[in-house]
Amino acid sequence: MKIGVLVKQVPDTETKIKVLDDGSGIDENGVKFIVSPYDEFAIEEALKTKEANAGSEVTVASLGPSRCVESIRTALAMGCDKAIHIDDEGSGPDSYVTAKALAKVIGDQGFDVVFCGKQAIDDDMGQVPQLVAEFLAWPQVMILENLEISEGKAKATRRVSGGAKEVYELTLPAIFGCDKGLNTPRYASLPGIMKAKSKPVETLKISDLKGDANNKLEYSNFRMPPEKAPGKVLSGEVGDQVKELVRLLREEAKVL
Amino acid sequence: MLNFDLTDEQEMLRKTIRDFAEKEIKPVRQKLDESETFSIELTQKMGQLGLFGMQVDPKYGGQGLDSLSYCLAVEEIARVDGCQAATVAAENALGIMPIYRWGTEEQKEKYLPKLCSGEQLWGFGLTEPEAGSDAGNSKTRAVLKDGHWVINGAKIFITNAANELTGGVTVQAVTGGDGDQKKEISCIIVEAGTPGFTAREMHHKLTWRSSNTAELYFEDVKVPESNLLGSRGKGFPMMLSTLDSGRLGIAAMGVGGAQGAFEAALEYAKVRQTFGKPICKHQAIAFKLADMAVEIEAARNLLYKACWLKDQEKPFEKHASMAKLFASEVMNRVVNHAVQIYGGYGLMEEYPVAKFFRDQKLLEIGEGSSEVQRIVISRHLGC
Ligand SMILES: Cc1cc2nc3c(=O)[nH]c(=O)nc-3n(C[C@H](O)[C@H](O)[C@H](O)COP(=O)(O)OP(=O)(O)OC[C@H]3O[C@@H](n4cnc5c(N)ncnc54)[C@H](O)[C@@H]3O)c2cc1C
Repeated sequence: MKIGVLVKQVPDTETKIKVLDDGSGIDENGVKFIVSPYDEFAIEEALKTKEANAGSEVTVASLGPSRCVESIRTALAMGCDKAIHIDDEGSGPDSYVTAKALAKVIGDQGFDVVFCGKQAIDDDMGQVPQLVAEFLAWPQVMILENLEISEGKAKATRRVSGGAKEVYELTLPAIFGCDKGLNTPRYASLPGIMKAKSKPVETLKISDLKGDANNKLEYSNFRMPPEKAPGKVLSGEVGDQVKELVRLLREEAKVL
Repeated sequence: MLNFDLTDEQEMLRKTIRDFAEKEIKPVRQKLDESETFSIELTQKMGQLGLFGMQVDPKYGGQGLDSLSYCLAVEEIARVDGCQAATVAAENALGIMPIYRWGTEEQKEKYLPKLCSGEQLWGFGLTEPEAGSDAGNSKTRAVLKDGHWVINGAKIFITNAANELTGGVTVQAVTGGDGDQKKEISCIIVEAGTPGFTAREMHHKLTWRSSNTAELYFEDVKVPESNLLGSRGKGFPMMLSTLDSGRLGIAAMGVGGAQGAFEAALEYAKVRQTFGKPICKHQAIAFKLADMAVEIEAARNLLYKACWLKDQEKPFEKHASMAKLFASEVMNRVVNHAVQIYGGYGLMEEYPVAKFFRDQKLLEIGEGSSEVQRIVISRHLGC
């Protein structure tokens, strides 16, 4: 099987995000970048699929600036075989353009199945995989909880609200958005890290892939959310505290 | 020419091991320490990650890494738990290295693949009840009789040597020379399960409570003559040379452990309030933190330089000894400050610094005490 996995590089979840003074974006100075955590489930699922289907190969694709190659190396160290870096050429593509470029690459590669995270944890848009599926006219299942693949068919389970599950049976090729709980991503092993350096990484340019697609989204301004007002701690007799709490909920918070 | 950048692989290795230590070791370190449990499960997970045989040629199942990468790995584990770092450092430097460096092709093929995968562990049997710093004073004897070595004696404090993964030990024994004659010392391989060989786990340690430490007894233990490791009569220089490299691992434990204790202290000093402000705003505390940061940086640089010398195949022994001495003493000062910064809570095992405080002490004693390092360094100076 030809297996694809889409990986996005995002700021480390532990990084304190700072907005640039002119509000034009995030200050990347001193920010550490990591593989978006949901994408780690995608990498693991791709590797598991490879292991279950002899003769398979996993290709990682990542779109972004040149620093993305670090995240690509992480995926290669975990066990992916080769990679494609799509240089965004500083163009700041939105989900639409990103999906156009990725769909082109995926189509050209002729993947049988593509895995990605259910969303990236930086802008939390959660729409690239669905757009890619649309452009390729592929089926897609997002927030994947379980997957079985055999003989060109897949049975995919996803969670829906209320604890219910939806089960899809579909024909490959298809794209799956992976969620926590699907699997436990492996660590890049030391031998894996040493091997990663000699695995091939091909670089493509977004301008050669996106066709005539242009951003549909314009970023006008970034700002931090307003700071939360500190909570109130009540004191005194428990009975009085309860009365005071009810009064505050009714009169100040106006929720009762 | 001077360049402090790590390679991309070294950066990734550091990140991966930090991740592993935070997710797999940190949640269990306290429980294992309290119950004095050597964790087979954790040891095997470390094996799967590739933490054993890090400097061994991949053809024997090793990872073929340089000394700096090895020390980065030990440092990152020690930042979270000195006990697991002890398992890793002792295994790589003491268990595996002598077989890798002096083993015959047959010995290497027999033992190394299982040791490098973490399927088995191996002990380094140098210290005896009456021969520690003075390790040349071994009393354990091996006599060659009818194509077999017959070993009698005892060893003490041998890491990784009494658990269900232990495949065997390398034993330093006197193989000749009596009375006025110069003693002949050799190293012999003894596999676990050989009749007459007993390994007993030692408990109630101050330090490294979840690392496996063993007392070994040899009563007419018979092994084939071919179990000799390296040349007959060359055992002691082999052991000393093993320790020269092993010191880098102890230094890495000092740097990593100091880093872990420092991070805990810094974080606590920012949130603990007295007299209306965080204690890190009191100059006496702030200056302690500054001193800790400076000393850790200095120790780390000395360690990395020693690794660099070794990786460039330049003489590194003096620097390894300096790094071991300095890093273990830096960690002593750092954990002392860290407990002081935590106040009463620093003395409670529920908080992280007490364990760092206890685990530090071994570093000034094992693989050549601080006094022995000063002897080694002063000899390099021509004293
Ligand atoms: C947890 C643990 C794990 C260990 N793992 C191993 C292992 O895997 N393999 C192994 O072989 N050993 C191991 N050891 C043993 C360790 O290496 C010895 O404890 C160490 O070498 C010191 O020897 P000793 O305990 O006999 O102390 P001694 O040699 O009796 O020293 C006592 C004190 O006297 C000082 N001293 C000794 N000689 C001199 C001198 N000439 N000048 C000045 N001061 C001196 C020492 O520095 C020390 O302070 C381990 C020990 C421990 C506690």
